[in-house]
Amino acid sequence: MGLEEQLPAGVLLGTVEGLLGYMRKASLWPATFGLACCAIEMMTTGAPRYDAARFGMEVFRASPRQADLMIVAGRVSQKMAPVLRQIYDQMANPKWVLAMGVCASSGGMFNNYAVVQGVDHVVPVDMYLPGCPPRPEMLLDAFLKIHDQIQHSKLGAHKLALQNEQEAAALTAAPTIEMKGLLR
Amino acid sequence: MTTTDPYADARSTTEGKVFTVTGQDWDSVVAGLGEEPEERVVVNMGPQHPSTHGVLRLILELEGETVTEARCGIGYLHTGIEKNMEFRSWTQGVTFVTRMDYLSPFYNETAYCLSVERLLGIEDQIPEKANVLRVLLMELNRISSHLVCIATGGMEIGALTVMTIGFREREMTLDLFELITGLRMNHAFVRPGGVAQDLPAGALDKIREYITWMNKHLPEYAELCNANPIFKARLNDVGYLDLAGCMALGITGPTVRSTGYALDLRKSQPYCGYETYDFDVPTWDTSDSYGRFRVRLQEMWESLKIVEQCADRLEKMDGEPVMVADKKIGWPAQLAVGADGMGNSLDHIKHIMGESMEALIHHFKLVTEGFRVPAGQAYVPIESPRGEMGAHVVSDGGTKPYRVHFRDPSFANLQAMPIMCEGSQVADVIVAVASLDPVMGGVDR
Amino acid sequence: MSDSQPENLPATSAAGDAQTPGAEVIDQREGMFGVRGTGDTSGFGGLKRQVALPGGTPKPYGSWFDGAVDKLEGLAGEGAIEKVVVDRTELTLHVAREHLVSVAQHLRDDETLRFELFSGVSGVHYPQETGRELHAVYHLASITHNRRIRLEVSAPDGDAHIPSVCSVYPAADWHERETWDFFGIVFDGHPALTRIQMPDDWPGHPQRKDYPLGGIDVEYKGAVIPPPDTRRSYN
Repeated sequence: MGLEEQLPAGVLLGTVEGLLGYMRKASLWPATFGLACCAIEMMTTGAPRYDAARFGMEVFRASPRQADLMIVAGRVSQKMAPVLRQIYDQMANPKWVLAMGVCASSGGMFNNYAVVQGVDHVVPVDMYLPGCPPRPEMLLDAFLKIHDQIQHSKLGAHKLALQNEQEAAALTAAPTIEMKGLLR
Repeated sequence: MTTTDPYADARSTTEGKVFTVTGQDWDSVVAGLGEEPEERVVVNMGPQHPSTHGVLRLILELEGETVTEARCGIGYLHTGIEKNMEFRSWTQGVTFVTRMDYLSPFYNETAYCLSVERLLGIEDQIPEKANVLRVLLMELNRISSHLVCIATGGMEIGALTVMTIGFREREMTLDLFELITGLRMNHAFVRPGGVAQDLPAGALDKIREYITWMNKHLPEYAELCNANPIFKARLNDVGYLDLAGCMALGITGPTVRSTGYALDLRKSQPYCGYETYDFDVPTWDTSDSYGRFRVRLQEMWESLKIVEQCADRLEKMDGEPVMVADKKIGWPAQLAVGADGMGNSLDHIKHIMGESMEALIHHFKLVTEGFRVPAGQAYVPIESPRGEMGAHVVSDGGTKPYRVHFRDPSFANLQAMPIMCEGSQVADVIVAVASLDPVMGGVDR
Repeated sequence: MSDSQPENLPATSAAGDAQTPGAEVIDQREGMFGVRGTGDTSGFGGLKRQVALPGGTPKPYGSWFDGAVDKLEGLAGEGAIEKVVVDRTELTLHVAREHLVSVAQHLRDDETLRFELFSGVSGVHYPQETGRELHAVYHLASITHNRRIRLEVSAPDGDAHIPSVCSVYPAADWHERETWDFFGIVFDGHPALTRIQMPDDWPGHPQRKDYPLGGIDVEYKGAVIPPPDTRRSYN
């Protein structure tokens, strides 16, 4: 809720959005939220061969208060879900969530009593990354895409308008089961 | 004092007033204590903490910097894999077990498959080449697992270079895995009856290259750490656990070998033909974290020796089968990568789809229904990088496991955390836990 | 005491169950794909399959088993070992639950037995075995003699109590907590029998057979796939 959120909609806000997006995406600090197999691939991404430092993302912050991006890497159990939410709440705005791997995205192959069927039941997710586990290249690709998303994110009045639009669309959207056509 | 934070407030319990603190200014916390006479600081380390090897929660009672009482909280990665397997066929079970201890997938698969094979009564029908491939992959896996242990252990004590070079060598190992199995992690390559696929062309050359690479780069760890005064100061005499303690707590693996006792199932109860390989069981006699580090380092060399012997054997085994001959159990597909980079052997598809109705039915039944396993139970332990790993597999004669329980060494070894840490400094807790090398996926399953 | 099951049925199943003589039938499965009762023309409803676990083995057991079992029977006294099963080169002793701790003590302390390494507890739930629904399976290893043994203890569902072996094997601590968590077996005498894997306030014991897998339907466009435990399947 900084000054930029108070700007009137228009060219000025658009310029500030672009500038802020550029700044934010270039220094995105991930929080370490390694849970399972994906956490190892996440560490590999930070290690020399894949080198997340090329995208300004090598600084994995242990403290959620210093992090902008939570990479949920692995299956989230029912016992872990409240912890996950607490970490998310402790992160300062603006913040993004990347669900890494199918378990974090949808529960994956573990459709059972112990695993939360997708971390979007607990926190809002900005990017879903499939794979079991995703290769480091895939994680890097997700980084680039989330950078792109941050670059084009809206602020203030623009954000409100976008949210209203999205909500109106969501209210009239057909549930998956009623959709027709190919499975995609 | 902290009324604005929903996660941090004071509450009264039977043991007095309890304050939950989540990172504010310490002075405000002390001010909030008021004139409460008793001060007992209990620190929750984890479940989300960078130095606890995943989602391990350590509950430490502190007096200054000294840990007076320590307990583990686990279960934050409980995945219900054992229950899920009860609704899948025996072969599909491999896909589940490989995700338990995600740093040693081949050990999970082999432990499970050995138990299933004992239930099927086909232990001595496993082709020689399948056994050699299993040993090859397991020993490569031991190297990659120990590398992660040393790398993350180094990172946790602040030695970031150890982490970066550790992951560099691990990548080389993972490249080999990818070449042989198609996947970097979670391979599901070892199947009941053998392994899924033969070695691809050119794999042996890559293995030779890998051995040369490791021979060149493994000494770097010794040069970096063995005599490094900071490293030694952090590890020496930390996390002490002697042989009697290990036996009482059921500890196996490098921890027991660091007490000077060469307990290794590969020697004492060989499986997969380990008795025919030439290797030593390294030990150390200090019973501390430094000893465990040196044991792991030495074990990587021994594993490399075994990998080399496997490569020599595989050279002479070109074209031999890798799956049990019994067509009622062995996966029917003769897997071969097509021109499109995926798919089965075209000859096989032509045979089952165009020439033989029976082959098609057989293929369909084996894939959808799976084979039946005679009723009974089996437990075949193997030596994983962390100690004795075994699957207690119960069958009721059906196409699905009745119950699978994994005795995971991480789970058993983690019980030693309190005895290793109580009375030491907080910083030593990190070192002690890292020296046990628990993998939470294996602990919680 | 080693041969006490009431009915010794021959091997009848086509699947090759019950090859061991004296197999113990614990259940009978009927039909397939959930086909039941009248109106069934598929033929699957008529399928019958007996679930038979390997039953008690008569003496001699072979290998080192005879000496160890005789020694243990002498030490633990009459009635402690209900049944001896030698199956697939593994020795299983069915132990009466009230004798479990003394049997474990003898197994650990006697120098000809000396099973000093405790490998874990695994619970198994057999809902059809009335009176002995819950089994706790202990794996012990002797490093001195390089042997392995399995103890199986059963308890009825209504009185799911088994004495804890923590006093003999401290390593049993977490393993027993896990078995309590997943199967609801109360280990009497355990120092702190609390849940270990599931959250403290979790209702039920999830790995029992009467506990559902707990999966949710997976929706696609125009189709739903139910979780695996509610699908039609081979049984």
